[in-house]
Amino acid sequence: MSLRTLVSAAALALLPVGATLAFAEDLPPCEGCADAITAVSWGGAYQTSQQKAYSEPYAALTGTKFTWDESSNEAVAKLRAQFEAGNVTWDLVDVEGPDSQRLCDEGLAMPIDFDKDLAPGNDGSTPTKDFGDSLINDCFVPQIWFSTTFGYRTDVAEWNGAVPTSICDVFDLQKFPGKRSLEKRPKKNLEWALLCDGVAKADLYDVLSTPEGVDRALKKLGTIKDSVVWWSAGAETPQLLADKEVVMGSTYNGRLFSVIEEQHQPVAMLWDYEVFDFDGWIVPNNLPDDRKARVLHFLRFATDTQRLADQAKYISYGPARASSQPLVGKHVSLGIEMAPHMPTNPANMKNYLINNIEWWADNQDEVEAKFQAWLTQ
Amino acid sequence: MTDATAGTAPRASGPMLAADGRPLKASLRRALRAQKLRALLLIAPLLVFVLVTFILPIGDMLFRAVENEIVPQTLPKTVVALRDWDPKTAELPGEPVFAALHDDLVVAVEAKTNTRLGQRLNYEYSGFSSLMRGVARDLKKMDTSQPFKEQFIAGDKKWSDPAVWQTLKLFSGNYTSGYILNALDMQLTTDGIQMKPAQDRIYVKLFLRTMAMSLGITFLCLLLGYPIAFLLASLPLRSSNLILILVLLPFWTSLLVRTASWKVLLQQQGVINDILVWLGLVSDANRLVMINNATGTTIAMTHILLPFMILPLFSVMKTIPPSYMRAAKSLGANDWTAFWRVYFPQSIPGVGAGAILCFILAIGYYITPELVGGTSGVFISNRIAYHISTSLNWGLAAALATLLLIVVLALYWTYDRIVGIDNVKLG
Repeated sequence: MSLRTLVSAAALALLPVGATLAFAEDLPPCEGCADAITAVSWGGAYQTSQQKAYSEPYAALTGTKFTWDESSNEAVAKLRAQFEAGNVTWDLVDVEGPDSQRLCDEGLAMPIDFDKDLAPGNDGSTPTKDFGDSLINDCFVPQIWFSTTFGYRTDVAEWNGAVPTSICDVFDLQKFPGKRSLEKRPKKNLEWALLCDGVAKADLYDVLSTPEGVDRALKKLGTIKDSVVWWSAGAETPQLLADKEVVMGSTYNGRLFSVIEEQHQPVAMLWDYEVFDFDGWIVPNNLPDDRKARVLHFLRFATDTQRLADQAKYISYGPARASSQPLVGKHVSLGIEMAPHMPTNPANMKNYLINNIEWWADNQDEVEAKFQAWLTQ
Repeated sequence: MTDATAGTAPRASGPMLAADGRPLKASLRRALRAQKLRALLLIAPLLVFVLVTFILPIGDMLFRAVENEIVPQTLPKTVVALRDWDPKTAELPGEPVFAALHDDLVVAVEAKTNTRLGQRLNYEYSGFSSLMRGVARDLKKMDTSQPFKEQFIAGDKKWSDPAVWQTLKLFSGNYTSGYILNALDMQLTTDGIQMKPAQDRIYVKLFLRTMAMSLGITFLCLLLGYPIAFLLASLPLRSSNLILILVLLPFWTSLLVRTASWKVLLQQQGVINDILVWLGLVSDANRLVMINNATGTTIAMTHILLPFMILPLFSVMKTIPPSYMRAAKSLGANDWTAFWRVYFPQSIPGVGAGAILCFILAIGYYITPELVGGTSGVFISNRIAYHISTSLNWGLAAALATLLLIVVLALYWTYDRIVGIDNVKLG
């Protein structure tokens, strides 16, 4: 690391401190609150970004002790088991949108009164308006928009200088030969396949709901099945791309950012029809009063306009609040502008889909079985 | 005890008596009872421990494979009202059923159990999830003085689909065969039990694949492990210790690290393919596909399970006196006959122990097939894990696990009949 980047990193590191000091005056005291929070997240770079942007400033202001558990991957199963055992040890759980729907449906997550429990935007907008589309159910406090999108290698000789520009190039083995990596799940893959089979975006789920819809999507996927490496962990596509095992592949946009900007691999983003999803907090239902008070106090702080914008300094996921977007600055250690790397950047979201939680909640079980059977054929 | 019998002269009539004049049988039984009690007390802590931490939780988990209380508990009146309705008719149930449904759902929405029920029934009929979520909203608008049937259907037209009611009726008992049938690629319909459509069948295939690949991996382990164990047992201590360390070193390395290393080695741009291309054995355009398929799983798992084969083999072979082989040879046997007729039969208990160990471990393996198995090298345990932590269909996961347990027990029984479990030695 050169001296210059070191200095700029140090300067950036000081920024949030200044921001929190200004904020400290209006952080109301927490009365009758527990003095510790057990938070659950995904581990890795994402959890670090949460600690830097949310919990460390909060701990500095209030002295709250944080314990982190890296169980988000199995949060629903574990939380359900904790409820069945009658011993809920978690106070705050980071989950993806569909999981939050599930927890809310099962009554395991606490409903949140958004306009009362969360801070208004710094432009004065109500939380309901500020969070907008990302409020997907009564229990979910969104933090980020992330997207599942494609990355491709920029040095493939067989492509003769052409680069993929449309999602349908993934299905074009003539023009873009080579292996692709896709997630070993039907969600997103079926939507992309239908889009490239000539279905309009608006009709996607109508077609998928017909008896032939899923088969039609599988048939389209079948045209590239022999050239697909199926992944089950988000880190696989970056590894496969870096090792030249695949020429393009889907994964979470933050993973691709890390391959491109941090590891400097010859990889570029194909943002066409990125699929948006949300990640955020839920609070387990029926917590004791002191723990509930503490966690709500923290939640109000951690999801305000400035805190959400701060997180984007550490990882390339878009803040869930509209009012946070203009505050997104530079990456703390790389020193590059983060706005162009946000999935929510207008240039990146010319074409996009939003994860249809409702449809998948209904059809997941049946379609997943069909998809797995299709994979083993 | 022998003293007791020796001390009493046998009499012509009456029971045989011990030295203290009591009947010998009773005396013997008392002495044995005390012994049994002491033995029981000695193992009691372990027994209780195993019972509480292993048998009971597993029993509870397996019980979920048939448990279905959520339906009769959430919709008690509807279940009763549905008894008179014939699911084979294409007609909808009458107004009393809808009225009972309304009453049940008002209670359920209050207790927020409606959505849980929706998830349960969604396993049998896709769409129940949103039906039950939406009904909370529709209930508020309903006019209790009007017939409910039309109001339900106006709220969601799925209520006019007889299949919804057939599902409710079929899965209204406290216990269900639904999960187990599903785990066998079958389904419960109004016409009885049927196979699922061919393109939806998956579990039987996965069970068979798990068995076949586990057997193959066990066999490969034996093939590779036997010579190493033989070498270990017959070399002088100094060099055999070195080999033992080489066997144990990977054993102590993290499983994930080893699996990830296989990726580096086996992938198409990986080390092995690079070497083959460099040697000219394989052309650059046709690099071998050795990972993300059954080959990858077999190679990685054979490597991981190899120590479990070598160690029991080694401990048994160590006890075979080398003089037997020498004796056989001095009596005229050639190397092969001496090995096959004298040495090998004595190593059978080790082979049995190693094979059982490898097979049982392989059959339940999960993380390695998930990472290197692609689509053709995944096992049934990957599906169980998926249903436990992702789809949360714990009933189906329990049914699959129960079937796996039954298969393992059946294989164990067969093994006992053919080879005999007494023939297994771990050292």
